[in-house]
Parts: sequence; structure tokens; C-alpha cells
Amino acid sequence: MTDQIFEYAPAPESRAIVDIAPSYGLFIDGEFREAADGKVFKTVSPATEEVLSEVAQAGAGDVDDAVRAARTAFAPWSALPGAERAKYIFRIARVLQERARELAVLETLDNGKPIRETRDADLPLVAAHFFYYAGWADKLEHAGMGPAPRPLGVAGQIIPWNFPLLMLAWKIAPALATGNTVVLKPAETTPLSALFFADVCRQAGLPKGVVNIVTGDGATGAELVAHPGIDKVAFTGSTAVGKQIARTVAGTHKKLTLELGGKGANIVFDDAPVDQAVEGIVNGIYFNQGQVCCAGSRLLVQESVQEELLESLKRRLRTLRVGDPMDKNTDVGAINSAEQLARIRELADSGEAEGAERWSAPCELPGNGYWFAPTLFTGVSQAHRIAREEIFGPVLSVLTFRTPDEAVAKANNTPYGLSAGIWTEKGSRILSMANKLRAGVVWANTFNKFDPTSPFGGYKESGFGREGGRHGLEAYLDVR
Amino acid sequence: MSSASTAPASTAAAPASALADVTASDASLRRYLHGLPGVDAVGLEARAATLATRSIKTTAKAYALDLAISMIDLTTLEGADTPGKVRSLCAKGANPDPSDRTTPQVAAICVYSDMAATAKQALAAGGGERIKVASVATAFPSGRAALSVKLADTREAVAAGADEIDMVIDRGAFLAGDYGKVFEEIQAVKDACRRPGGGEPAHLKVIFENGELSTYDNIRRASWLAMLAGADFIKTSTGKVAVNATLPGTLLMLEAVRDFRAATGTQIGVKPAGGIRTAKDAVRYLVVVNETAGPDWLHPDWFRFGASSLLNDLLMQRQKLHTGRYSGPDYVTVD
Amino acid sequence: MSDEPKRKTAKAAKPAKSGTSATSGKTATSQSPKSPATARTSGRTPVGAARGRVDVLKTYKLFIGGKFPRSESGRVYEVTDSEGNWLANAPLSSRKDARDAVAAARKAFGGWSGATAYNRGQILYRVAEMLEGRREQFTAEVAAGEGLSKAAASAQVDAAIDRWVWYAGWSDKIAQVAGGANPVAGPFFNLSTPEPTGVVAVLAPQDSSFLGLASVLAPVVVTGNTALVVPSERAPLPALSLSEVLATSDVPGGVVNVLSGRTREVGSALAAHQDVNALDLAGTSGDPELAKELETAAAENLKRVLRPDEDGTDWSADPGTSRLLAFLETKTVWHPIGV
Repeated sequence: MTDQIFEYAPAPESRAIVDIAPSYGLFIDGEFREAADGKVFKTVSPATEEVLSEVAQAGAGDVDDAVRAARTAFAPWSALPGAERAKYIFRIARVLQERARELAVLETLDNGKPIRETRDADLPLVAAHFFYYAGWADKLEHAGMGPAPRPLGVAGQIIPWNFPLLMLAWKIAPALATGNTVVLKPAETTPLSALFFADVCRQAGLPKGVVNIVTGDGATGAELVAHPGIDKVAFTGSTAVGKQIARTVAGTHKKLTLELGGKGANIVFDDAPVDQAVEGIVNGIYFNQGQVCCAGSRLLVQESVQEELLESLKRRLRTLRVGDPMDKNTDVGAINSAEQLARIRELADSGEAEGAERWSAPCELPGNGYWFAPTLFTGVSQAHRIAREEIFGPVLSVLTFRTPDEAVAKANNTPYGLSAGIWTEKGSRILSMANKLRAGVVWANTFNKFDPTSPFGGYKESGFGREGGRHGLEAYLDVR
Repeated sequence: MSSASTAPASTAAAPASALADVTASDASLRRYLHGLPGVDAVGLEARAATLATRSIKTTAKAYALDLAISMIDLTTLEGADTPGKVRSLCAKGANPDPSDRTTPQVAAICVYSDMAATAKQALAAGGGERIKVASVATAFPSGRAALSVKLADTREAVAAGADEIDMVIDRGAFLAGDYGKVFEEIQAVKDACRRPGGGEPAHLKVIFENGELSTYDNIRRASWLAMLAGADFIKTSTGKVAVNATLPGTLLMLEAVRDFRAATGTQIGVKPAGGIRTAKDAVRYLVVVNETAGPDWLHPDWFRFGASSLLNDLLMQRQKLHTGRYSGPDYVTVD
Repeated sequence: MSDEPKRKTAKAAKPAKSGTSATSGKTATSQSPKSPATARTSGRTPVGAARGRVDVLKTYKLFIGGKFPRSESGRVYEVTDSEGNWLANAPLSSRKDARDAVAAARKAFGGWSGATAYNRGQILYRVAEMLEGRREQFTAEVAAGEGLSKAAASAQVDAAIDRWVWYAGWSDKIAQVAGGANPVAGPFFNLSTPEPTGVVAVLAPQDSSFLGLASVLAPVVVTGNTALVVPSERAPLPALSLSEVLATSDVPGGVVNVLSGRTREVGSALAAHQDVNALDLAGTSGDPELAKELETAAAENLKRVLRPDEDGTDWSADPGTSRLLAFLETKTVWHPIGV
């Protein structure tokens, strides 16, 4: 048996648990309906390019209907005692737990991320988020937002495709807890879990119109943002779109929170707990195929240990299992769309063209679908595009530093300010670095950890406002 | 990071001599062990937990079950042990599943030193010639005895035919920071593993009793200390304290042997012992071996399970895999 | 300065009304020249003149990086009292002045934000102490600029000083109110702390040149931000005089920079500046078109924008913590808990 190799046999999760309909409408005022002009678009599985379903493309009239439904629902919903609102949200949390496996499979199919992540990260966090904010609904006067904080009204929410259901939870849970009603637009390439969430709302008995889901592309989102009937815009996505939204709402009364891009630095000192640092680097940039706004996409390693660390890192990357996201042993799944894949390729190619050295662990990529092997670049300087621009893919740029001051200067040398990592065994250095890093989330000796109680959001061009925790309530309350 | 992982880069030309410097004095040994990279407990445990979610199916599972059986040090370490009990265990080890002769034999029978001769004879007589006899020694499990007693214990076991010696370190000395004493004791026991008449010396497994060392940093230091002193295997625990083998502790020791080989070219084995009772547990350990130290360690020469009840669960899972039906305790032998 | 309180007693020859200069920055430098002697003595210190001594007038200057430069453009504009009497020529800041001020504010940010909260609190309290000694000067300037009675102006100044004291006390408390430990579901220490946003452009209220100014400036700097203040366009003198107080109150140079001039002109430069992190639009109250324009420009680097209150602001009311929180970022730090 010594000549055998321990190859893990395929361990596919069954997709029988989820029943995807051939087409879905818009969820407005508690009912599914087609777009007024009958337009639809297809959503595909990025791992196979199989068409999963056909989804309605909401137009201006549909968005208007959704906003009106949310407006109508607002008065009774906001007038409901907090304790009663809370119970609806608790119900949602419970139904999400009950249907976690189904939704995990659905999310993996529509997004391309590994089932291990949807099962172990996305879905547990989704339910936890609703459970957390449910408890706030009847305690808002104790939240430090003034003695009688009021909901804003109708929230227009636009979410990205990288964590479709989790981003929905981050948006909808605090909005409902604070007494707002919502019109949510999921990303064009990952609409299904939001539509399934509509059914979760139905099972929870949520009053009609409190949650409305309009599917569509950027045009639908623009309609929603510009609609005069909304009081709040919450957006997670690219910085470029975030800026456009900020311009659109300028001069209005609409309250705005933005959670945008990042170029997080993961800083490894020579006294780091090296094996855990390697895990943290891997988790920082290859989790969710690197399609994470807070990804540790820049590795800043102290020059004295660069060689050893890279050796360990490369050894570890050789063990990453890339492939079928439905396989329970897959670590890295498919890139979400052909468009995103093209962008990753373009930036990776620029890294080579600008003189950085490219390395990927040998791995076989499936023939169909959108795939990009986990990649790292060494010899990267701050001037390279791959050190400055958000790649939003499994591509790590490795830079070096000599002193803590240099590490801080390089880490902060970006218009972004979402996340940063620090790896050192020296406690006082951690605290000093954490103070100096201009980022909304600093992970010390860990990375990419999330929790409903923990505020998340950026400095500078990574956006403003916080999601999660007590701080997350502020985005949906009139605190003046 | 001044240590394990730097060693290959900084001392690639002459790793052995560099590490010889390390052990030259108590002070240098201490500096070296305390200069090893720290271990973040939460990160280590999270990594082990992630690996534990690997789903091993069908052919991979069949392979893993047989491999696990072949890696077992089938153990009895009781005050009530008798020659009869030891002979019965040897028979089981040589022929684990009477209903299926394709079942691999275990790696070793692990007993107290006074039972080593009995085990040796029983294996020779019962078709278990290739199965090793492992004897615990050095005032197992506490290790609280004079060095002379520990060495006599070891020599007796070797003389009785033990192929492998499972020694315990002096945890008291280790926790008191007396690394030199622990180091020298391991060297002395290693020396006692030699056979007076020549022949292959007994392989030395060094038991740390991780549950008593308490921290991962200590486990990493103990690993390097033992490897530097000449251990052939490093072993988690005696099975006699509250906390025995754990997946994160074993993962950490696998990192140590991986880094030690990178630094010195010498491969050392790892043996978790105590508390591994189910086939599912065993497969998780194999996954950790595979993804930490690598496939080179997926062999009974380099990885062992110190266990007793584990074998029957592996056998039941094996039967399930072959027949498609869940087995039960009545279909495996109780020895 | 000592004769300031007497100023109210007489209003002599009014200077030519500055007319369009109040709304047109470009024409301000080409006002019809007047005899300096006449203009100054008539507008500001008639009593001194009456008793036979020509008063020494103050040249109002910008406050940038702890220094008092003139506008690099060489421009000034006429500041008059509520009845159109000439009070002084104020520097008419240019885009380059704004740029210099941003550089100074950025340079000062590291030290100021890194100072202990106790230290910042003491410095703000020191500002109040210094103001207390100059209450009469500010009362006169507020009365002239806002057309208030002496009593009303005095009440404004008292409230403004009290506001500095109030905000001084927040320096080492806001982190406890706005931050805290988060009970995450895992073995992690998790702490959220408010941190200053950075360089903040403050368009101070137009109608409340000193109390309003204190109400928008103090909350910005007490938390460690550095500020670029565009004072009330019509009544900039209290703000310019405040600079002198700040310079003698241990406020490090660059922490507060005062750019008198046209709100639209300076505001536009600051709103578009890529190294400004936030924008307080209090000074655009009543001009929604300008507010929208500046907010739109601010989107380019995603400045935090504090919009003016829709119905105006009562600057005498309890300000609460909202202006403090508007220019704070929440940083959340995680660390594993393990042995």
C-alpha cells in the first residue's frame, strides 16, 4: 500500500436538496411577479456555465412599485412594537437555520464558492446576523443613538455577488430591526439566494411589502438609488460604483452607507507564529477565491524572513484543492463570472508585464466554467498595479519591509482602508501597529474573521458607515 | 522565526553542525528552544478543525482504513496485564479480522517491558513475525525514577526483544526549564536502545505527555528537544492522563518533523496515543498527516496510532465498506 | 484691543458699501480704494480718534500651519457690520491657500491624533481659558458682525466658551461611549475604537460666527482630526481672531487652519481636494444648490459629508454627540485568545 497515494475521492454534496425553478419573478409586496416589460436574464453556475434559472429584469416601473410597496408597509411595520418586530426577525433566523443546507447548496451553485464555505461560514453567519439584530428591535432606546431613535423609512439596498446571502443579511437584518422597510437588489450574477430568502420571509409570516426583492443589473440599481421615494441607500460593491452613488444622492435627504473595495495589507514580522501566519495569509487571499473586499491581497513580509515564509507559503499552496465547488473537500472554487475572470487575468498579466514574478501551484482546472489558479507575485513594488488596484481574485502580491515604520507606511499607502493583518508574537507591537494602521478592521494573528456583533467597514475610499454590532444600527436610524 | 524554518536557508550547507552548536550547552539549548516560532493556539486549532471537515469517501476511505490499521500500535498497558492477555492481543494484531484475511496486520504490539518477551514469542508463533514489539520504559507513565532505573528498564526491554522503546520524558525537568537534563536523559536512553550483541538498535519513541506540558509552545519545544536528542519518533502521550492525543497537538508535532527534515534531512516519525477510538478520528489524523507533513509520512514507519479499541472500530467500518451494511460489536473479536 | 468695547458707541462715516463683493470673489480685490486713514479711523476706532490718538488697527490674516500669512493671492475683501459699516479687510483665500492649508493640516494630523486624549482635552480647555480673557473683544466682533446687542453678543460668546469647555471634556470619554468590546462567538478579543477621520474641511455656519463656529470646530478637533475652517463669509472676524487664541493655547500648528473668503470658492477647492477626508457643510445651510455641488465634488474620494440641517440649526441647543461621531471612524481589532 506504500505505493498508493492518499487521493481524496470526490465527495460531492447532493444538489437534490434544492429545487430551482426554471424562472423567477420579482418579489414585490409579498408576491412574485414578472417585470412589467417582461424582460428576463439568465443566471448561470460559474463552475459549469450551466443555466440555473431565468430571472426577471426589473425596470423603472418595477422599482417604483417595489418602493411604493415598501412605503405602504413602512407605517405599520415601524409602528409595530419592537418586541413584535423582533419575533419576526427571530423567526427568519430560525427558518434560515432550518434551511441552511438547502441555501448553502443554492449559494454554491449560483456563486461558485466551495460548499465548505457556504456550509461552514456563509450560512451560519447569515442566521447569526438575523438572530443578533432581532434582539435589538426592542432595545433601540438603549443603543446610544438618542432617547427615541426613529427609523428612516424605505431603505434601498444593493448587494454584491461575493457573499450574496450574507450581504443580504448584513443589509436586511439591521434595517428591519430598526423599523425600516427595504427594497433590495441582489447582484446580477447571484440573484437566487435573495429570491429564496423571499420564501423564507413568507414562511416567517413577515408582513407583505416589508421586504421587496428586485433583480436586475446596474441599471436597476441606479433606478433604485435615484428613486425619490427612498430614504436610505446602503451599498456594498466597487469603489467606482460607490462614488457614482454618492454623487447621485448628493443634495438629497437620503442617508448613505457604503462598503467598498480594499487592498488590505497582511503584515508578517520575523517573530510571527509562522505556521498560523501562513494559514492566515492563505485564508486572507484565497478564501472565497479572493473575491473579498477585505482580502489580505498585499502580503508585507519582513525582509529577513521573506525566503522562509514564501517557501512555507508555497508548500501550503500546493495542498489547496481547486475545483468543483460542490465537492466538500474543495478549498478554492470558481470565479463568479466571465467578466470577473477577465479582470483578474488582465491584472495578473499586468503584474507580469510590470516585472513581478508570477507563481502558481500546479493544479488542474476544470474545462468548463470560470477558473483561476491561486497565484502569488513576488518582487512586487508599491508602484505596480497589482499592489495598488483591487484584483478581487486569488492573487497575492508579496512586498517586503525592513522596519515597523516602513510596514505602516506601505500598508497605509493606498486610497483604500478596509482591512489589515498583523502577525507578531509581541503584544506591544500589535497594539502599536493596530493604532497606526488606517483600516476599519485589523486582524492581529488571525484574518478574515466575521461576527454579527463586530462592526465592519472602511476608512477612506473603502466607504463609510459600519455594518454589524451596535454601530450597525446607526445606518438605519435618524439619530439627530 | 529564527529557528525551524530559517534553518534550511541559513545553514543549508551544514545543518547538522549548526544544530550541534545548539545542543552544546544548557544555555544555547534554551535559547534555541525559546527562539522557535510561537504557536497561536486559536489558529492551530482552527486549522485542525478545518482539516477535520475533510470528507473521505469510497476508495480513499478504503485506503485510509487499511492504512490506519497498519499503523496501529495495539496496546495494553494495565496493571492487570497477564501473559494470556498479551498473547491474545498479539493474535488479534496478527489477524485482526478472522472473517477477512485481506485485513492488514497492525504495526506493533505495545506492552510493559516485562511483557516484551511474551509478546515477541507470541507474535513469532502466531504469524506476526513482521509485527514489532514496542515496550514502554523509563518508569512509564510518570517517569519519576532515577536515571539508572530508567536505563535498566530500557535495557531489560531491549534484551527481551523489544524492537521499539516508548520512553517518557521527565516533565518535571522540562517544566522547570531544565532542558539539558531532559536532553541528556533522552540521549542516554537512546544509547541504551543499542543491542549489546550488535544488530539493529531498538527504535526510540519519546513521549511528551502533552496534557502535562499544557501549552503548544511547550509541545513545539519538546518536539525539537527530542529530535535533537535522537528520537526516532515523537509521541503525544501515555494514555494515562486526562488529555491525551489531540488533533491540533499532533498537527503541531507533524509541523515539527516536517521542519526538522527540511533543516537536517532526517525524517522523524509521529505517534499520537490515547483517546483515538473511532475510524472517523483515525481518518482525520491521516488527513492531517497528508496535508501537514505530506505523503512521505503516510506509512507505518513514520506514523503510528497508539490505541486499543480503535482497531475494532476500523474493522467494523471496513466491513461496512465491503458489505454495504453497518456492522456491530458482535462481528469483531474482543481480545 | 483694549478699546474694542467702546466701538459700539459711535458709527462715523460709512465706507462705501462693499456691495457685490459679498457675493463675488473675483471682484473683491478691486474694490474702490479709500484713504486708509479715513477708512480705518472711521470704521473701527472712532472713539480713539476722538480722544486724539489714532488707534493701531489689526490686520486680519489667515491662519495656516500655525502661522499668520496673507492670502498668497494678495486678495482681501471688505468686512462690514450689519449696517454696512466697514470693519476690516479680511483675506480672501484662494485655491492655493486652501491647498497649503490642507498640507499643513495633513502634516499636523499624525501628532494631533497621536496625542493623548487627556492632552487634547487640556488644550481645548486652554482655548476656553484664553477666550475667557478676551470675551470683550469677541463680544464686540460678534456684535458688529452679527448685528447683535452687546448683551446678546455677550451671551453668544459665553455660550461659545462654554461649548469649548464642553467639548474639551469629551476628549477622553467619547471612545468609551462610541467604542467597546464586542462579544464575538469565538475565542477572540474584539474591540471597537473610534478614531479621527483625518483632515476635515469645516464650512462654518454663516449666521452664527462664533458660537456656531465653536459648535462645529471643537467637535472636529477634540477627537484628533485636524481642521480647515471656512468661517462665516459675512462675519469672519471672530474666527480670524480665534486663530490668535488658538496660536497661544498650545494648539499645535496646522491642527486648525482658518481660511476666510468666499464659502463657494474655498469650499469648492476643499470639497474637491483628494487629501481631505471629510466635509462639514454647516455653512451651506440655506444654499441647497451649493450643498449639492460640494457633496457631489466630495464623492470623488468619498469624503464623509455632514449635511446641513434642513431647517437650520439652533446653535444654542445641546449639541449631543452627533457632530463628534460624524468625523470618527470605527476601527475594530481582533486577536485570538489562547495560551
